[in-house]
Amino acid sequence: MIGFARTDNSVLSRWWWTVDRWTLAALVTLICFGLMLTLAASPAVAERLGLESLHFVRRQLAFLGPALATIVAVSLLSPRDVRRLGTIVFAVALVLMALTLVAGTEINGAKRWLDILGLSLQPSEILKPGFVVLAAWMISAGRLHGNFPGYLIIAALYLLVMALLLMQPDMGMAGVISVVLFAQFFLAGPPLLWVGLVIVLGLMALVGAYYAFPHVASRVDSFLDPSAGDSYQVNTALEAFMNGGVLGRGPGEGTIKEILPDAHSDFIFAVAGEELGLFACLVIVALFAFVVLRGFSRMLQENNLFVLLAVTGLLVQFGLQTAIHMATTLKLMPTKGMTLPLISYGGSSLFGIALAMGMVLALTRRRVGPRGV
Amino acid sequence: MAGGGYGDVANSLPGGRAGVGDHEHRMRLEGVRKQVIETGRNRLLVIGALFGFGFLVIAGRLADVTIFKQGNEPRLAQAVPVSTWKAERADIVDRNGVLLATSLATASLYANPRHILDAGEAARQLTRLLPELNPAEVRSKLTSNRGFVWLRRHLTPRQQYAVNRLGIPGLYFQREERQVYPHGRLLSHVLGFVGVDNRGLAGVEKSFDETLRQSISALQLSLDVRLQHIMRQELAAAMATFGAIGAAGIMLDVRSGEVLAMVSLPDFDPNNPAAGPVEDTFNRNTHGVYEMGSTFKIFTTAMALDTGTATLNSGYDATKPIRISRFVITDYKPKKRWLSVPEIFVYSSNIGAVKMALDVGTANQKAYLARLGLLRPAAIELPEVGAPIVPSPWGKVHTMTIAFGHGIAVSPVQLVSAVAAIVNGGIMRPATLIRRGPGERDPGVRVISARTSERMRRLLRQVVVQGTGRKAAVNGYMVGGKTGTSEKVGARGYRRKALLSSFVGVFPMDDPRYVVFALLDEPRGTTQTFGYATGGWVAAPIVGRTIARAAPLLGVAPVDETAPQIRRKMYVRINSRDPRVASY
Repeated sequence: MIGFARTDNSVLSRWWWTVDRWTLAALVTLICFGLMLTLAASPAVAERLGLESLHFVRRQLAFLGPALATIVAVSLLSPRDVRRLGTIVFAVALVLMALTLVAGTEINGAKRWLDILGLSLQPSEILKPGFVVLAAWMISAGRLHGNFPGYLIIAALYLLVMALLLMQPDMGMAGVISVVLFAQFFLAGPPLLWVGLVIVLGLMALVGAYYAFPHVASRVDSFLDPSAGDSYQVNTALEAFMNGGVLGRGPGEGTIKEILPDAHSDFIFAVAGEELGLFACLVIVALFAFVVLRGFSRMLQENNLFVLLAVTGLLVQFGLQTAIHMATTLKLMPTKGMTLPLISYGGSSLFGIALAMGMVLALTRRRVGPRGV
Repeated sequence: MAGGGYGDVANSLPGGRAGVGDHEHRMRLEGVRKQVIETGRNRLLVIGALFGFGFLVIAGRLADVTIFKQGNEPRLAQAVPVSTWKAERADIVDRNGVLLATSLATASLYANPRHILDAGEAARQLTRLLPELNPAEVRSKLTSNRGFVWLRRHLTPRQQYAVNRLGIPGLYFQREERQVYPHGRLLSHVLGFVGVDNRGLAGVEKSFDETLRQSISALQLSLDVRLQHIMRQELAAAMATFGAIGAAGIMLDVRSGEVLAMVSLPDFDPNNPAAGPVEDTFNRNTHGVYEMGSTFKIFTTAMALDTGTATLNSGYDATKPIRISRFVITDYKPKKRWLSVPEIFVYSSNIGAVKMALDVGTANQKAYLARLGLLRPAAIELPEVGAPIVPSPWGKVHTMTIAFGHGIAVSPVQLVSAVAAIVNGGIMRPATLIRRGPGERDPGVRVISARTSERMRRLLRQVVVQGTGRKAAVNGYMVGGKTGTSEKVGARGYRRKALLSSFVGVFPMDDPRYVVFALLDEPRGTTQTFGYATGGWVAAPIVGRTIARAAPLLGVAPVDETAPQIRRKMYVRINSRDPRVASY
């Protein structure tokens, strides 16, 4: 363990003594789980895709260093720097997202990826934390400084982002960003009548999506009526959980993962279920819940509205993705491809989450008073 | 506030006024901030609770799935309860429950040509595996721009495995069902067959098509595969011996009308009905109608006895052939003397039969034959039923020829049903292919008196004891019957050498249970039969051998035919005026 004297006043030492080490430990543990599960789940997928079997493992390992570095580096920032970083990240990601529409690579019928120097980048993953931080800034400023049009600005940006996401299309990402923004809006304390109005609008958007996008309709249908559509993937995932049982088959001993599509990304939790069993899965759930709820509990002492909104937004994003991923693999909701933060394979997703968690750590560092923002 | 500086905050505050002091301004700002933060924290508790609840639900579901294995749709191997599985067609079984027809699941190979990467290579590999496919045709199918082409229906599991092993993308299997007839040719004409879409196209498969498609329980026929097998074997052997072009045979329960065996040769394999010539699907027993010849004397004699125009003691002069218009009616082996009614029947005298029929009269004859079901198509449960050929108008000359079975053509199943009515006490029941339980018997219609029936039994017994049907005798089983031989109609009248030789047998004659009928189409005499190909020589032995093998299976106990009480029961006073003919 790194030892820092409490009196050491260097940047790193100050960081060590002020950062939330428990959350950091939980994140690192999750990353370790992720590495192990990628090692278990990805060779079968890689072989199916005609790649050498450790292709994904190698790449994920290569991403891990930068991701950890990002978490630590970003967590060193002050809240004001976080705000600046978020804004810059959002601006850059927005431009890249616009680029994907013209120069994007199409995978499974969606244009979400951009090829940069041989690396395939999903700008929307990077955009998310930037947008959350920007939204926190705009809402808090709008709330506290009456004549600042924060709500208008963020509403305009939100519509722009939605337009770009629906053109890709990426319904899941659009949904997550909408829910996160709603949570921030809700926290900023508008009358409950407004909140209700927004909820009704959201439900209407969901119904609209059901009718406007055939693939959304088919997934909802096949969830409600298993005989209506192809539920092979989620049924295979359930089979994996059942095969794992309470104690699991043991690391590397899974068999159903071999036939589970997207086992390394959208369905990695099922691989955890098969190989590690119920107890390890509960540990993973607990770790995620710990990160989210501990972050929230720290916010209960927070006096800075921007920090409150930003951290809550980032954690809602983190927790929501986790919950959607787990609920999908457990057939608690219609299939929605969503990576499990820090665990699923995917450079963009990992980097985006690292950015978000770095920001959370930075904003939850112990400070004296409503400093910095 | 480092992030602030956007105008005068106080303006937006409730009750705020311009011109308040800087300190008060800050204080108000601080108040708003505190209030907003407070609301935010409180609402954060709601979000936190939602997340906590969500994670708990996930944890619960994890336990649910991993411990209790309660996935919505378990796909791990699980037996499907048999009762809920329904085949496309119900099974068909014989009277003892032996499986005659069933549906088997098969895989049919089809392709999506748009997913085929290399059509040439795929066609090459497939035709190597399935040589019955035409390479050029497969190739053109696989290069077509359609999304679905059938390649081969009903693969065997081994073939399916081999095709799967090829690993050609774009090939798929469709689960289908195929009708299978485990007994092959044995019941071909009765069962019929189905088309590629599993709809019945012939036989019971067609007549019960709707029932079979809807029912879960098996359709039970009246047939007995063991008897069917015996009948078919004996007919096939005789057909080969006498070089006949076809044969037909029926075994029928005289009390219920149930058909126990029904064989028509040549036959076909219902598993592959298209393999043989289409003529082989012709059912001689129900579809074919024939001039039956002397077996019709059973009906002539019965109606004469029943109407009372003749008795067992009366007789007719048979010294001279009968001439009517351009026909001359003679006897096959003329006795050239007065013959009693039993003699006419036993020696099968055409002249005597004609004279009996003339006494009965045209109207009576027609009425009796109608009640015996000989003038309308048989009511049996098969789609292949031939209509009898009946004279119209029905003149005196027809009455005379019909007396000995010419000028009227009926199907074997009609003949057998009518004979059953003559011997069973006089009750006519239509022949059926469906098993009848004890309570489900057709009550039937009385056609002759029980007394006439009893006398006919004695006469039929005498045919086998001392008449033309001696070769049908089986010691102990009290066989009776009547031979029938007719010349087939050719382009120029009757063909002397093309015979239809038949024998309709009944046993045991003292209490008839079964009618056994055999017919050979164009048999040729052999040295063993001294060149004869008549019913008595070629068909009677088939019936005899069939009864000898079938009677033990049917549970008919043999009796001592020479025992006095049996002989007395079957006694007929021949009343011959020829001293050489002894009374039996």
